[in-house]
Amino acid sequence: MDAILLQILNGLDKGSAYALIALGLTLIFGTLGVVNFAHGALFMIGAFCAVTLQRLLNLSYEVVDETQTDFLGNPLKVKTPYVEAWFGPEFGGAIIDWAVPLAILFAIPIMIGVGYVMERGLIKHFYKRPHADQILVTFGLAIVLQEVVKYFYGANPIQTPAPDALNGVVNLGAAIGMDIVYPVWRVVYFFFAVVIIGGIFSFLQFTTFGMVVRAGMADRETVGLLGINIDRRFTIMFGIAAAVAGLAGVMYTPINSPNYHMGMDFLVLSFVVVVVGGMGSLPGAVLAGFLLGILESFASMNEIKSLIPGIDQIIIYLVAIIILLTRPRGLMGRKGVMED
Amino acid sequence: MSKFDVSRRGVLRTGAMAGAGVALPTIFTASSAAAFTNEPTGSSVTLGFNVPQTGPYADEGADELRAYELAVEHLNGGGDGGMMNTFSSKALQGNGILGKKVEYVTGDTQTKSDAARASAKSMIEKDGAVMITGGSSSGVAIAVQGLCQEAGVIFMAGLTHSNDTTGKDKKANGFRHFFNGYMSAAALAPVLKNLYGTDRVAYHLTADYTWGWTQEESIAAATEALGWQTVNKVRTPLAATDFSSYIAPVLNSGADVLVLNHYGGNMVNSLTNAVQFGLRDKVVNGKNFEIVVPLYSRLMAKGAGENVKGIHGSTNWHWTLQDEGSKAFVKSFGTKYGFPPSQAAHTCYVQTLLYADAVERAGSFNPCAVVEALEGYEFDGLGNGPTLYRAEDHQCFKDVLVVRGKENPTSEFDLLEVVEVTPRAQVEYAPDHPMFAGGNLGACNPGA
Repeated sequence: MDAILLQILNGLDKGSAYALIALGLTLIFGTLGVVNFAHGALFMIGAFCAVTLQRLLNLSYEVVDETQTDFLGNPLKVKTPYVEAWFGPEFGGAIIDWAVPLAILFAIPIMIGVGYVMERGLIKHFYKRPHADQILVTFGLAIVLQEVVKYFYGANPIQTPAPDALNGVVNLGAAIGMDIVYPVWRVVYFFFAVVIIGGIFSFLQFTTFGMVVRAGMADRETVGLLGINIDRRFTIMFGIAAAVAGLAGVMYTPINSPNYHMGMDFLVLSFVVVVVGGMGSLPGAVLAGFLLGILESFASMNEIKSLIPGIDQIIIYLVAIIILLTRPRGLMGRKGVMED
Repeated sequence: MSKFDVSRRGVLRTGAMAGAGVALPTIFTASSAAAFTNEPTGSSVTLGFNVPQTGPYADEGADELRAYELAVEHLNGGGDGGMMNTFSSKALQGNGILGKKVEYVTGDTQTKSDAARASAKSMIEKDGAVMITGGSSSGVAIAVQGLCQEAGVIFMAGLTHSNDTTGKDKKANGFRHFFNGYMSAAALAPVLKNLYGTDRVAYHLTADYTWGWTQEESIAAATEALGWQTVNKVRTPLAATDFSSYIAPVLNSGADVLVLNHYGGNMVNSLTNAVQFGLRDKVVNGKNFEIVVPLYSRLMAKGAGENVKGIHGSTNWHWTLQDEGSKAFVKSFGTKYGFPPSQAAHTCYVQTLLYADAVERAGSFNPCAVVEALEGYEFDGLGNGPTLYRAEDHQCFKDVLVVRGKENPTSEFDLLEVVEVTPRAQVEYAPDHPMFAGGNLGACNPGA
């Protein structure tokens, strides 16, 4: 029983990342009609915002310590971060320790800016082009972005730890007399994803801006005829979708050390999530994200793998095939989307 | 008046005989080295460095390339000479190889077998490389080794740790200086016994490809010989990034040791996930839960950060070694690049010197002469103590290092500490050992 509950938690956790990325993909597809294969790269750029802030906070000055030597036998240059020099070792150290949560504030404007530049500078030129062209250009953009990141940060994973206070494990089953030990940061990640998803739905549901965007998603031409500049709002939505992917990346860094390729690792899975959820359906993307995350976790259980060897590697695609055969528009897909 | 008939057939026959007559003296008077691939004819010789310049092992590839450039500099008489000064053989004089200046071309393996074969092929056919070396993956090494065998050039493997490279996939033209999965297990087992006892239950997570399989087989056999039980061996996809769903079952498996047969990004992520799940703080079967990483890489350990602290594994070489060869290499490399070399850099540098030395001793670039010079060759002074290039499988036999993630690192390079230098005799095995069975070294191929 403990093992099953643990895999459900794992699935919710994986599903959080899938849902956040798929939500952004769906927002872009639903508003602009663009199939954005560079969305995984936005997730990766978000993660590297955390890496960058961590490095900025660790910028140091060097003092030569004649009593110690480096690996070549020369006097050792001891590094002290400026932040610790300015705010004292305790408070400065705490700021460095909380680099990842602080990176949320750092990443939001950067990701909105990256999304804005990406949409205005490149993607808008492909609105009226076939989806195949959009896929090619955004996939090419994703490769360029990951190579740029690799050039500056290298190919190896870079450790970006959670704050000490949020490291370690918590027994989630203590209240019901069970032993369900789970990493604290993964619990934080799940609730963070729930808050972001709730925020996006609330924004679209309860604000005038969101109402106009939803109207534009339903019938772009009519909204335009009412004198509303829907293009500008859709551009802003692209920026918001980029920020969602970026924040998902920032918070993911303590779970797995980020590297330049992490966006591609999530991209294909996230597209499967979008298709299973139903193209253009925001609730569908979230539902499919969590569903596929949980199924993927269960498929990794030894009991399941002993029955069907290799199931953990194909489960998501198998489920996608079954759902698309039985519900061609996905779980919550709308009629007419990508069917012209 | 004589009659002189000229027919087309007659002209062809006469031409062919004349051609053969002209060619005959050349065949017999040319040096014996004339009949091998890419014989260097000018004042220089070209070596091919085939390393991952893109892809997940690009940082290791970059370090390998630095080592190759340093080796070329030293071979051509530049720099401080590095390990040429400590090498037991004194055949290398710093005047290139056999008096020819060493030049090099580079290829990008991308850590993909097909790309690695294509770049090696290009370096052999277009650039005239007489030797190919490099790589950071066993899949790539095995693929390129096969190509070099067919092409008739020497392959000096870089970082490849699968038993198969010098086991079932061994080739006469291929040589490996790096250690292998069996040696890691043989070196680690006694240390694990001393640290954790003989009554342990191990759970294996293994990367699902050639290296992972042979590493798992080796370490499981070695620990079971100690009396450990193996409760489960789980294969994980090479492309996996989040190992949480593979770690979770470990918690309730009754295991008190987790063996991570992972390398590179897999190792960074699986170790990080295992520590996140609190495995290191658990007490199972009345014992502290332990994690073992059979193959360590300092470059990769950096990605796992503090999670490597106190975790044991093995490595081919480490920059803190205090023998004269290691110190000379660290000094050369560190002065030129500003940081200490990795084990990948070390093995690539050594392989280049060993090839050059073999050519000098053989007096020829002919691959078969080089093979003869390297087979059964005993040497010292290159950082691993007395070393043998065994003739039967072209595997180097030398001491193996058992290392541990350092508790209190003093610098970003100071991540591992050597806890034991396992003597060569303890990691040796018979050429027909079952874990290495099934291959055939074959005969050397000079090509051309």
